[in-house]
Amino acid sequence: MSWTEFPSPDYPLTLPSLLLQNERRFGDDRVAMREKEFGIWQAFTWRRYLEHVRDLALGLLSLGFEPGATLGIIGDNRPEWMFAELAAQSVKGIPFGIFRDAILAEVAYIIDHSGATMIVAEDQEQVDKILDLKEKLPRLKKVIYTNPKGLWDYEDDLLIAYEEVERLGRELHEKEPDRFEKEVLAVQESDVAMICYTSGTTGTPKGAVLTHSNILSMVASLNEADPKTPDDEFVSFVPLPWIVEQTMSVYSSLYSGYAVNFPEEADTAMADLYEIAPSLIVASPRMWEGLSREVIVKHQDASFFKRAVYEFCLPLGYRWADFKFEKQRPPLIWKILYWFAYAAVFRALRDRLGFSHVRSAMTGGAALGPDVTRFFHALGVNLKQIYGQTEVAGYSTIHRDGDINFDSVGIPVSAAEMSIFEPDSEGVGEVVASGPGLFQGYLKNEEATRESIVDKCFHTGDAGYFAEHGHLVIIDRLKDLMHLKTGARFSPMFIENKIKFCPYVVEAVVLGHDRDYVTTMICIDYKHLGKWAEDHRIGYTTYSDLASKPEVYDLMEQEVVRVNDSLPEKARIKKFLLLYKELDADDEELTRTRKIRRAFVNQKYEKEISALYSDIDDLPIETQIRYQDGKTATLKTTLHIRKMKPEEAYRDLFKKKGFWSRIIGRA
Amino acid sequence: MKTDNEVILEIQDISLSFGGVKALIGVSTEVRRGEIFALIGPNGAGKTCILNCVSRFYSPQHGKIIYKGEDISGVRTHSIAARGIARTFQNIELFKGMTVLDNIKLGRHSFLKAGLLSDALYYGRSMREELALRQEIEERIIDLLEIEAIRKKIVGTLPYGLQKRVELARSLAMRPDLLLLDEPMAGMNLEETEDMTRFILNVHQMWNVTVMLVEHDMGVVMDISDRVCVLEFGRKIAEGKPEDIQEHPQVVRAYLGEDESAYSRLG
Repeated sequence: MSWTEFPSPDYPLTLPSLLLQNERRFGDDRVAMREKEFGIWQAFTWRRYLEHVRDLALGLLSLGFEPGATLGIIGDNRPEWMFAELAAQSVKGIPFGIFRDAILAEVAYIIDHSGATMIVAEDQEQVDKILDLKEKLPRLKKVIYTNPKGLWDYEDDLLIAYEEVERLGRELHEKEPDRFEKEVLAVQESDVAMICYTSGTTGTPKGAVLTHSNILSMVASLNEADPKTPDDEFVSFVPLPWIVEQTMSVYSSLYSGYAVNFPEEADTAMADLYEIAPSLIVASPRMWEGLSREVIVKHQDASFFKRAVYEFCLPLGYRWADFKFEKQRPPLIWKILYWFAYAAVFRALRDRLGFSHVRSAMTGGAALGPDVTRFFHALGVNLKQIYGQTEVAGYSTIHRDGDINFDSVGIPVSAAEMSIFEPDSEGVGEVVASGPGLFQGYLKNEEATRESIVDKCFHTGDAGYFAEHGHLVIIDRLKDLMHLKTGARFSPMFIENKIKFCPYVVEAVVLGHDRDYVTTMICIDYKHLGKWAEDHRIGYTTYSDLASKPEVYDLMEQEVVRVNDSLPEKARIKKFLLLYKELDADDEELTRTRKIRRAFVNQKYEKEISALYSDIDDLPIETQIRYQDGKTATLKTTLHIRKMKPEEAYRDLFKKKGFWSRIIGRA
Repeated sequence: MKTDNEVILEIQDISLSFGGVKALIGVSTEVRRGEIFALIGPNGAGKTCILNCVSRFYSPQHGKIIYKGEDISGVRTHSIAARGIARTFQNIELFKGMTVLDNIKLGRHSFLKAGLLSDALYYGRSMREELALRQEIEERIIDLLEIEAIRKKIVGTLPYGLQKRVELARSLAMRPDLLLLDEPMAGMNLEETEDMTRFILNVHQMWNVTVMLVEHDMGVVMDISDRVCVLEFGRKIAEGKPEDIQEHPQVVRAYLGEDESAYSRLG
């Protein structure tokens, strides 16, 4: 059989059937995934991929796994994660992922809510979590562990080794060699493929139910907008329970046949990325922000000459990126100049970051500030924004090549029907989405389903509008949009992203709803700001100590001035404070995908916020801090509040500095 | 791992003095194969001296040290490694300018048999040895101790807690039967201590190794040791299971002082 047409119409269009077809198409000739283990990249061809899935699927059957049952998966991104997902789907089971850093209460809630009887857990850490919860989860029958380290003398009937399940599967396969294929071909397109627990900025997680046709219709349409081939390489390091990663690591890879690479450990991800030099990459805005921060901070450590070359070339890159954004053909002189900058800096820098072969880099899950987008385009990295919801099976919009508009999240893919619900005079309203990707509802949560799906349209809760050429612009969460007392509307997220471009800031919370003016709470980047403090001979002990230094406040004040300069008059920041701790998902201040849970933050930092809106300069703070090991300590500090001076006071800051800026400034 | 009663190391009545200072006075004890054996005691009690006698940095003036039935109190220091005794140090003794991987490999140096010529040409036995060594280091040491991310880093640039882990890794490369750990948790924060404890337990299980441990952190000692020996001013004052040692009045007095509140620290 030739594979001129893939996926073949002779097969049902489901994820396990795509795996089967890929195995027929490529067999042992092509690598489907690689994992770096024991310091070496270990490859799995499509045949071995299928064999692992087959053995595990039949093994699950031998253990009494029933069609329609749910299978929980918790652990790092590993081939076993994907084997488990596809194995469950092959026998009409429903996999769901749990974030590996989830705390006990979350794990318990999700496992209980899903009604799972079996869990695939990576290692001792995850197994311990589940065994601790054993009493609360009476339905649990088996915990399958993939890494036996440290589990050698655990004696619990729940536990079974992953290899043992595969062995059971192989036995069944020898008895019934056709069984697996029969099971796979019996899976219908309308069967449930996955439950995705959404991180939810409010309340408990909700499980979005997605069918194979939901997922694959969207993936097919994404592939039209951003074509991928079996020759592509992808590195998987965003958490797999998240639909953004699922779409790339599992769905698209099965649909397009490209290879997925798994880093050795989370800590080695950047080094492993460098070794693979992938052509496709997807990361959260956090990571892109982190990388740009890293480059900006680290170049300052370079020698004088290198620094000078970098500072000379970066504005050239920015100008080049602007040509692209404006869809202009750069004049010849700029081509020569950019070629020079590319040869001198950007080529090496891209290579150092592991982006030397990147063809399509994506960011999604939250908004990425325009400055960061511009930075990567200056380097020549084709960074695109994607936008979508779990409830509409992932990516709904994407920037097309050569049509990057850094204010927008791109143009909807063909299968995504997106419109603005009840737009106001400026065309702004709630973004609603429908189409073949529309999910089946939230698991065991009729009420939430009814609220979010109205007239077969999913109400995203995001405020946005369509700009020219069909670009969708997302302003913010509808409920997060803020109004000052004067009635002026502003988007906190927009301002936060501006602030976060500063290399010394990891997080910012902008406030001002129903207030007289805009303020912000900033979390400093301990690593980079600590380095800055050392360079400037400022002694500090802890995070909270560093965050309270007057010099640090002065530095941040300059940053706020920079941000204010690019904001409309009414939305400018009047006061700010530097928070004494970093916001953290473990403290419920952020979601697992690192979005701010505003309601919670507003409540938790009530005192700090009210200080921002009263006339005091210092606020004594006494608070409980919980360390990662579970210990708590009382933190006593004084929180300073910095009031911004009238704008004239900062005029000097905007005087052009540096050789290149002076030239441009003169020209 | 279950301990059997076979004695792997027997210390018979050893005494050690430096000039007029008596560091050890007639100490006798024994370590059984497969157990985690802890030496505790106040500063200057002679704990490290015992480790140094076993690893032959010091020679006791009196007494015998029997390892696997052989008296090693007279053998040359460099031949200790070949007998399967490896150790870590209280103050890290790594080659700071070398990478983590090189440091670990060095632990195996004395076991490599290939000659100069084949080493130079990376041929024959040299290649086979090198590949086997690589595999063992990666699969049984780096993976076990979770130091993948730093394998190519220069040791001197690493934080203290990680250097301690690298030192443990190097001692494992010697494929020890008896592992001497000198204060592996010293200077670590709680999280690092917990990690280190887990690594010691994992090493103990996976490598089937007997561990002799000097440690001040009573929580760790009481949690993981099979037997504990208590020293005070060069004399052994007690030996037994951790739960017995905690009750031992002389130990409580010697190690923690007379204060009643000391009891809570032991628990």
